[in-house]
Amino acid sequence: MITRLFSFPGGLRLPDHTAPSTGRVLVRAPLPERLIVPLLQHRGDPCEPAVTAGERVRRGSLVGRATGETPPVHAPTSGRVLSVEPCPVPHPAGLRVPAVILEADGEDVWSEDLPPPWQDWETVSPEHLRQRVHEAGVVGLGGAGFPTATKLRAGAKPGIHTLIINGVECEPWISCDQMLMLSRPQDVIEGARILARATGATRLILALEEGRTACLDALRRAMDQGPGITLELAAVPARYPAGGERQLIQTLTGREVPSANLPPDMGFLCQNVATAAAARDAVVLGRPLTSRVVTVTGNAVAAPQNLEARIGTPMHTLIEAAGGYCGTPERLVMGGPMMGFALDSDRLPITKTSNCLLVGDGALFPAEAPAMPCIRCGACAEVCPVRLLPQELYWHARSERPEPARDLGLLDCIDCGACAVVCPSRIPLSQYFRYAKSELQATDRAHVQAEQARRRYLLRQDRLTREQQAQEERRRRKKAALRQPATNRSPDPKAARQAAIQAAVERAKRKKAGAGGDGNDPA
Amino acid sequence: MTVPAFRMAGPPHIAPSGSVPAIMRSVLLALIPGTLAMILIFGWGVLINVLIAVAVALPCEALMLRLRNRPMEPFLQDGSAVVTAVLLALALPPLTPWWMPAVGVALALVLGKHLYGGLGFNPFNPAMVGYAALLVSFPGQMTVWLPPTIGPSGSLGLMDSLHYALSGSLRGGLELDALTQATPLDQIRTGLGLELTVGEIRTEPGFGLLAGAGWQWVNLLFLAGGAWLMHRRVIAWQIPMGVLLGLAVPALVFWTANPDQYAPPLLHLLSGGAMLAAFFIATDPVSAATTPRGRFCFGVGIGVLTWVIRTWGGYPDGIAFGVLLMNMAVPLIDRYTRPRIHGRGKPGPGTGERS
Repeated sequence: MITRLFSFPGGLRLPDHTAPSTGRVLVRAPLPERLIVPLLQHRGDPCEPAVTAGERVRRGSLVGRATGETPPVHAPTSGRVLSVEPCPVPHPAGLRVPAVILEADGEDVWSEDLPPPWQDWETVSPEHLRQRVHEAGVVGLGGAGFPTATKLRAGAKPGIHTLIINGVECEPWISCDQMLMLSRPQDVIEGARILARATGATRLILALEEGRTACLDALRRAMDQGPGITLELAAVPARYPAGGERQLIQTLTGREVPSANLPPDMGFLCQNVATAAAARDAVVLGRPLTSRVVTVTGNAVAAPQNLEARIGTPMHTLIEAAGGYCGTPERLVMGGPMMGFALDSDRLPITKTSNCLLVGDGALFPAEAPAMPCIRCGACAEVCPVRLLPQELYWHARSERPEPARDLGLLDCIDCGACAVVCPSRIPLSQYFRYAKSELQATDRAHVQAEQARRRYLLRQDRLTREQQAQEERRRRKKAALRQPATNRSPDPKAARQAAIQAAVERAKRKKAGAGGDGNDPA
Repeated sequence: MTVPAFRMAGPPHIAPSGSVPAIMRSVLLALIPGTLAMILIFGWGVLINVLIAVAVALPCEALMLRLRNRPMEPFLQDGSAVVTAVLLALALPPLTPWWMPAVGVALALVLGKHLYGGLGFNPFNPAMVGYAALLVSFPGQMTVWLPPTIGPSGSLGLMDSLHYALSGSLRGGLELDALTQATPLDQIRTGLGLELTVGEIRTEPGFGLLAGAGWQWVNLLFLAGGAWLMHRRVIAWQIPMGVLLGLAVPALVFWTANPDQYAPPLLHLLSGGAMLAAFFIATDPVSAATTPRGRFCFGVGIGVLTWVIRTWGGYPDGIAFGVLLMNMAVPLIDRYTRPRIHGRGKPGPGTGERS
């Protein structure tokens, strides 16, 4: 089926660079002896460790427990847990998170408590499918790492009409989705249909980049098989950032998702092709997410290729599998060159969101030239897919108070980096914007916290006043009570003393009986 | 295997595609055809002006960078001072004493550029600041042009031109008046003042098929250079098209209404500095509007002002003043022409201000 295409503003044609890594077939990466499985591989909070040092696990055993929306983490192979301790993970700020260190036993056997395979998933309720995806630890494999089940559930409420399976790898060098579609087209399509059932979508579009003819052919052959709703294939122009969620929705449907809303609010849901394949494995095979396809490429890698790697595999294992380094590797980037981040070590593990390892020399990654002043040429505004004016945002982003940048739409910036690439003055615009955005978000958080504190303070004041009033009320009553008996009391003080003695005798009696004084007696 | 030490850097991890020197180089390249035509038609004086202007521009730039404690190398090599110098020189009459381009360039760079903070911070087009300063200070010298000639017959030779540039007088006791001729725009102004019709004025010597003889070719070649810049995406289409439309549309309206009193649009487009201004001067990014719609408005404003000054003003050509006036309007234009952000309603002027 031909899908009518629309266009998004701005954008940038970038060199493809996927030829080196797509020239070799997708193979399994070797199983490392030691795996580092972080308990935070998704947006949100880390999960609770479900194992302790010394415990034996099998592939697919739970090692990180799901809590609420937090997806679980599973053992990528069978072996013994060496320890559970904070480890550095691939993260732009060099974060350390709790991780399960696993010693592989080499047997690589699947766990026996896997959930039952559901080959007849069309008869399973959408709620059960979503639950299965959650329990399998599936997160957005395109790089964002958003828990897939959360996204599916969020979509179920307003009602999803269009599910978009995103196979548009608009960044140069990355080819993991392409190779996955090429080698497992049926699984991708079945996964897409499972996700469509899980969301109730009535329109299902699989989008990939123009010119990926081999992929397109493989998908075409596979799309008529299997149960589920019809699938539309759309080949979108290779213009960065065509694979951005909002850009892709606009390209495929012509609709803009309002800035204040998320795609599900408008009935759209986007899922990556690898996420669809992982959801398929979870539902049809009952297998949790324990591996993913990683592109290992760059001009400092001897044999660029795509590898199916276990989560937790140290990066250097993959680079060795891809022929090792060649030349003088200078920079290691996880993700693509546009939005990926540099890492200082290849000893870090692959996580669920590691789509690409890009290693280049000084020619590929030239040292940052000193920035010249902005000459207001507007090249940045021409490529901005959000139609922002980076040249104006820049003035505020570099100032101490980035607040005016909010009015100019800074928080709508999608971090695509197109402005920085075209800037003739070599101003690191996206770095300025990321920093200013975090400042604005911090201000917002501070505002929210201040508001909460204010409300707490007011409530406390209220409570104190009420308590004080109640206390006064009590005191007043007590006073009144004391005054009243004084008028009613018999004028004979002897009788009063008699009564007091009588009371004391009774108290003593009760104490003797073991009932204990309750201290409340009026003395 | 040894563990390589990886360098850290922020994204994007990709070599930037352009540079300021590359932009300036493209602009200078695109100026070559029109400049060669000017030399051919108006004589060696044009080349002498360009060389003097560039020779003064570089030390001026260096001096100002030194005074402002800025690094020399990147800014001297950015080419922006050379572009300013060449544009100013091309706007000057072909036969001027050496100090005219020298003073003009010095004013352009010192007053027009560095006192505002240098590259990227000048609100006014530096070349036009220099030009306007010369025009109001030396109106006599600034309106004297040589008649257009092709080949060596009419115009002055290299030595004669050089002699005039250095001494301010002609060799062999010649008077300047004997050589000079008013520009076509000047001729029209004077002719209309003498109650001639435009049609009658155009039969005078100095007019060609489309516009002023010689001038038409210079303008067409600057148009060609500008088109190449647009094709290479060094400049956007909005400003040049705005200038040309702003000039041509009022000309067309008034010429249609009264062809005797108003010059035809084509004559306006191919006379004076129209094409040089539309493609090379008004497109100076630093002092121009930056939003897509704003650039068009900016261009239209320059075109209309130029036409108004040419038609009713006191100067034969109005480009410099048109550009400078619109430079002043840039913050306002930019503020009211912001594009609609993806996924948002119509934009307001907001509070964002250049700080």
